[in-house]
Amino acid sequence: MHPELTDNIARRNRTNGRFRYLVIAGSVITVVPIFLIVGNLAIKGYRQINLAFFTKPAPDTFQAMMAAASGEIIPGGIANGLTGSLLMVLLASFIAIPLGLMTGIFVYENGTRRYARFIRSLTEILQGVPSIILGIIAYLWVVKNITRGYSALAGSVSLAIMMLPLIIRSTEETMRMIPIAIREAAFALGTPYYKMIYKILIPVSFSGLATGVLLALSRILGETAPLMLTALGSPAVSFDVTRPVSAVPLLIWDFYNDPNMVSLVWSASLFLMFFVLSMNLLARSVASKHKYI
Amino acid sequence: MSGDRITKALLFISSLTILLLGAGIVLSLFGGAIPAFREFGLKFIVSPAWNPTTGSEEYGALSFIAGTVITSILALIICIPMAFSTSLFIAEYYNGTRTSSILRSLVDLLAGIPSIVYGFWGFYALRPLLVATGLSDQGFGVFTASLVLAIMIVPYATSLSAEIISMVPAELKEAAYSLGATRREVIFSVVIPSARSGIIASFILALGRALGETMAVTMLIGNANVIPKGLFAPGNTMASVIANQFGEASGLKLSALIAVGLLLFLITAIVNALGKLIIKRFA
Repeated sequence: MHPELTDNIARRNRTNGRFRYLVIAGSVITVVPIFLIVGNLAIKGYRQINLAFFTKPAPDTFQAMMAAASGEIIPGGIANGLTGSLLMVLLASFIAIPLGLMTGIFVYENGTRRYARFIRSLTEILQGVPSIILGIIAYLWVVKNITRGYSALAGSVSLAIMMLPLIIRSTEETMRMIPIAIREAAFALGTPYYKMIYKILIPVSFSGLATGVLLALSRILGETAPLMLTALGSPAVSFDVTRPVSAVPLLIWDFYNDPNMVSLVWSASLFLMFFVLSMNLLARSVASKHKYI
Repeated sequence: MSGDRITKALLFISSLTILLLGAGIVLSLFGGAIPAFREFGLKFIVSPAWNPTTGSEEYGALSFIAGTVITSILALIICIPMAFSTSLFIAEYYNGTRTSSILRSLVDLLAGIPSIVYGFWGFYALRPLLVATGLSDQGFGVFTASLVLAIMIVPYATSLSAEIISMVPAELKEAAYSLGATRREVIFSVVIPSARSGIIASFILALGRALGETMAVTMLIGNANVIPKGLFAPGNTMASVIANQFGEASGLKLSALIAVGLLLFLITAIVNALGKLIIKRFA
């Protein structure tokens, strides 16, 4: 072969190999942060995680300062955040899950009509709205007009608006994977429309729906910004929906702003990350186990 | 038959609530922003002033628009090589292998970490590094915020790009291989050209994420209400100024913050719609 030609091939092979290493290096750089973050939080956060961390409300800054000065672990924990998060997430699910499922089914059932297509586009737009703006909305609607003050209800409303588009889209996408033959078989047997939905569409797509709900929950559990504008935070455990409550991410924000509480932030962040990521993994394992029927 | 009618009515009503919700969000933001726009007019958008002192109150959104655009675009620039190589790794080089699915799950995990955890990690782990390099005194600023923002949006860009790259027909690639092309040549002359619009859309959608990201940016950008003077200078984004100042705001300032929120809403909606449009064309 002509020497210039072999030269050329050697050069092309070299660039080819180099590019492959570049791709691998770039991919490694992408995943390094996850190990850094998990490792960092685990090493610095585990010390504060004990029984009191889950059962005691957040300490005040003086208690934390005294403990830090004498080198002890900070007393108290995140109980007020846990109960607040639980309250708001439950309330948000109560609003968003039924509404999201029904709207998702509506869009799926009427998918070709202009109105349903419009609802679908609207859902896509809602999904892209930054969470802080949903905080403003819940502030304008609930804090100013309904509870007349920061409240758990306002926080739940902002979280529910966040969950809605996620659930609508996952519902529609899950139902679309159901073979049309199953529906036709049901109708051929004379099944009424509502029975077809309750007895066939929902049970058949149950794992997909559950995945959607779990993913939506894992999204809102870590949300901070809208809660700063609505639930505000509270130093005590409270279950009153018309009063301010705390939440785990809100506590992290409070701790972060208080130099005495630094070691508690590591623990609270570790806990929140661990919780959100396990919910995420749970959702994915539900999805992969039941890839439709 | 009544069961049918009730079910259909229920489904329709729930879809109506979405309609009302969408309309309500837009109207409430406009309504809340009216006092600020009445006071400052369109100057609100082009003025960098932000002075809450009673008596000489003056508000403008330009510093925050600049902060948002600069941090998001910088984040996107940092994100592109990472997301691009990871999506090639997943969907082209190791497509269908165990390595690829592990990498995919790791990238998904990155998307699951809450924003406030990123912010806190950036504050305690990344900021000292930047201080050590001597580029920045405090470590706060546009660059720190963009770096964390880039890590946060990588998963969105990666998963969509990977999906689109894996959709490139095998026949096209095989045809190029049969002509003697190397893998890199196949990637640059077949895969990328045929997936181009989809890849661009995935980066536009990632940009949409970056624009609205709040907590991590608030914790790292330094919160100065000015147009950032450089890459390592502090600034404020639209989302972070709302997060920082909303709690103590009332009257005209509250309205100005809602107006900033309205602008942010419009910008993200346009960017997201553009991304979705390109994706729809592609598919």
